[in-house]
Amino acid sequence: MTSLEYVNNLAIERADALRKTKDGDNFKNVPQFREGDTVVVAVRVVEGEKERIQNFKGIVIGLRGSGINKTFTIRKVSNGVGVERVFPLNSPMIQSITIDKLGHVRRAKLYYLRGMSEKKIRQKLS
Amino acid sequence: MEKAILGKKVGMTSIYDDKGVAVPVTIVEAGPCPVVNIRTMEKDGYSAIQLGFETIRENKVIKPVAGQFKKVGIAPCRHLKEFRNLAKSYEIGSEVTVAEFTTGDKVKVSTTSKGRGFQGVIKRHHFGGVGMQTHGQSDRQRHPGSVGSSSYPSRVFKGLRMAGRMGGKRTSVRNIQIFDIIPERNLILLKGSVPGPKNTLLEIVKV
Repeated sequence: MTSLEYVNNLAIERADALRKTKDGDNFKNVPQFREGDTVVVAVRVVEGEKERIQNFKGIVIGLRGSGINKTFTIRKVSNGVGVERVFPLNSPMIQSITIDKLGHVRRAKLYYLRGMSEKKIRQKLS
Repeated sequence: MEKAILGKKVGMTSIYDDKGVAVPVTIVEAGPCPVVNIRTMEKDGYSAIQLGFETIRENKVIKPVAGQFKKVGIAPCRHLKEFRNLAKSYEIGSEVTVAEFTTGDKVKVSTTSKGRGFQGVIKRHHFGGVGMQTHGQSDRQRHPGSVGSSSYPSRVFKGLRMAGRMGGKRTSVRNIQIFDIIPERNLILLKGSVPGPKNTLLEIVKV
């Protein structure tokens, strides 16, 4: 193992360890998912001293990077406005990722969903 | 100077601190560096230690250098550097390892920066360019502009910043924080970036 791989693995271990100390029994492993899946991300929101969980549900439209630098982009339509958020996959600021629905797509990046109606997106993902 | 070590830049990645914030770090494989020689005030007129780094085969070094290592009974090293006026006293043959440093230390990192070749004034000296695209300006958006006045002094002043070779020079960055130390793999994680390409030799010094 090269030093770079070693530190990358160490970074993931430490991020997991930090989540374990924060969540205790509620700790969940990072699941395997891919583009087109609908997932719910429980994000920690820090407000002053307090911390609470906020859910963000949407379609995964892309994954990029590797190791500790891997991120994924989620898109949802909220009150008619498209919202996209990019999360680091192993971030300790994510409490859990749950897969809501599996999608079936042939692309690695689903940017073409951006201009589509909800009905069309549903057709594309099945 | 308090402590010094030689290392090799491996690359960069990010790591989460105990608050969950992603911190960019540079990975450095540092030491173990054998103390090959000691310069003393009485004998050499200055006090310093000579550190070696990266053991290589004996046929890889020229004979006079091999002799220096043979004399002290240390395997030949690819790199040899002297560090002056260290606070701690060392013995020939002892090893400097990353364990001497502590997390949170502020260090100075010196190395040869990446060579950029012949560069114009905008990249090399952060000039702003000539400034306009119209009003008679043509083909000179990235030019240096005027280099001086006319009949007096009838010459260009020495040291005027112009285009030329950039990078490939010795550079130091001070106050780089040590994010973490991994003694079992001889690694130092430095917060932020460090000059030079990958696999370059770094001198890490705590002033």
